Amino acid sequence: MLNDPRELCARANSIRRRNLIMLNHAGLGHTGGDLSATDILATLYFSILNIDPQVPDKADRDRFILSKGHCSGVLYTTLAEAGFIPLAELDTFMQPLSRLNGHPNRNKVPGVETNTGALGHGLPVAIGTALAAKFDDATWRTFVLTGDGELQEGSNWEAAMAAAHYKLDDLVLIIDRNRLQQGDATERTMHLEPLADKWRAFGWSVREVDGHDHAVLLGTFRSVPFELGKPSCVIAHTYKGQGVSFIRDRAEWHHRVPSKDELTIALEELGDNGHDPAL
Amino acid sequence: MTINPSRYHQLLPEVVQMLDAPDFFTRTKSIATRFSYAEAVLELAERNSRIVVLDADVSKSINTNKFADKYPDREFNFGIAEQNMMAAAAGMATTGLIPFASTYAVFASLRALDQVRNSIHYPHLNVKIAASHSGITPGPDGVTHQAQEDLSIMRSLATSTVIATADAPSTKLATYAAADWDGPVYLSFTRDPVPVLFDINYPFQIGKMVLLRDGNDATIIANRDIVAHALVAAEKLAQEGFDIRVIDCHTLKPLDVETILQAARETGAIVTAENNIIFGGLGSAVAETLVENYPIPMQRIGVQDTFAESGPYLQVIDKYGLTSPHIVRAVKRVIERKKSGR
Repeated sequence: MLNDPRELCARANSIRRRNLIMLNHAGLGHTGGDLSATDILATLYFSILNIDPQVPDKADRDRFILSKGHCSGVLYTTLAEAGFIPLAELDTFMQPLSRLNGHPNRNKVPGVETNTGALGHGLPVAIGTALAAKFDDATWRTFVLTGDGELQEGSNWEAAMAAAHYKLDDLVLIIDRNRLQQGDATERTMHLEPLADKWRAFGWSVREVDGHDHAVLLGTFRSVPFELGKPSCVIAHTYKGQGVSFIRDRAEWHHRVPSKDELTIALEELGDNGHDPAL
Repeated sequence: MTINPSRYHQLLPEVVQMLDAPDFFTRTKSIATRFSYAEAVLELAERNSRIVVLDADVSKSINTNKFADKYPDREFNFGIAEQNMMAAAAGMATTGLIPFASTYAVFASLRALDQVRNSIHYPHLNVKIAASHSGITPGPDGVTHQAQEDLSIMRSLATSTVIATADAPSTKLATYAAADWDGPVYLSFTRDPVPVLFDINYPFQIGKMVLLRDGNDATIIANRDIVAHALVAAEKLAQEGFDIRVIDCHTLKPLDVETILQAARETGAIVTAENNIIFGGLGSAVAETLVENYPIPMQRIGVQDTFAESGPYLQVIDKYGLTSPHIVRAVKRVIERKKSGR
């Protein structure tokens, strides 16, 4: 468990570098959404979640559910960085018959909790795991990461009601609020605001944070549940493509991946922080 | 001509005796199979502490409210939100619970199909989907509640197990078997009462058809509520000198291919009979098997390309051609085709 935000920052940087190399190698993937969620995943996997890469299915592990399954890239690179899968396997991302599919599969990849890809599934599945933990009087928690555009799926709001109804205070929803969906801004596509008020109205305890500030993320995740008897909602304000100037905050990078030249520039921008000399 | 009981198997003696009665369906003891499911899951809960029941507001209709009364901590009501219920069932199953998610078949197979496919079947999670009001068994409720395509839809999902039992005791046995089955199971029940044909010693096994009547002139393969109508049809045909085999195909998937091919070889003509749309259900499954292995004359009884009207259950299924007079005609036609080689 890392306690120093600077160490988390280095981890996140390493995940970003591996991710961009992987996406360039595959020629496929979701660059923008991977990079917006990287700091959230780095903080969860290296400082928050009770997990063991040696025993990925241990019964009392904290559950992390990636609802925005198209951002499997950041999940795989984080799982590799954390030791769940070999780093070398990242070269097989989206290759024929690889287990690292475009959307994650719990029966193929250790550490993956759910088969996501159809948006609006992660939070409802998380209702089930959180209810099960309560049923078993267990202490493990469920963290679920959704996109923001994804919240246009109605199933999320069915789950939002159920979480408050069942007082699931061991459930933490993190919204990757990068304000962009596949083709355009969320607010031009289908209004989500006032987002925090909506979750509060549904009975959640809500905090809005900078989704790229590791110290803030660490402090936020360490203080869940925000209120006893209520599910916690973290609206993480992020930028799609965070970390690389020409990718950041641009809708066209939803499903675009870096070319070889773009990768070179991107890696220069990110800088080698010395965390992994192999890179 | 009197009924020859030695031709029949597994049926209660009193049921065999009544098969030629014009008022068979009003005289027989009848139970809606949704209630048998509710009883069975209550019994299962005593034996297995991992079994939980999920509801979506209709527990009073399915009788799972009795489960909720006895095990308030093991019943979860999701309100009118079937998508959330199915996905939450998947989440519970990842932790080793065995959720029985109960709702109406239209909602289980249509409203929540995305969750049933992607969050339950794709990861092969141990969720049991308990679907009442399957087929056109909710007569008066009309089309929005008549799940005339649920079995076709569920059969088309990869790795699915799909069960449509004929009566109350076999429904209880199917519910017990589903709890022991590794992976998702879709159980379909009737809204309306259907005749109790068997007792609890019925040899129910997932994926294994059951012979109900011997016969070599043709075979009727039926499922769920149409099994009783197939038996009445077979007895009518017996009175006219036809000797008809009747098989209960309670498991639509995995399909008992061996028993179908044996019937094809031994009787040379097959009629399927189901309370489900003609596309993709029992008739389709049997036809696919025959055409690839042993093509013989075949007729299908099922809902044609139409939505149904609303009305009393038996009256509605008669209007859409699912009752014994229609089955009798189909059997005669298929025997004719067998004889003439068409």
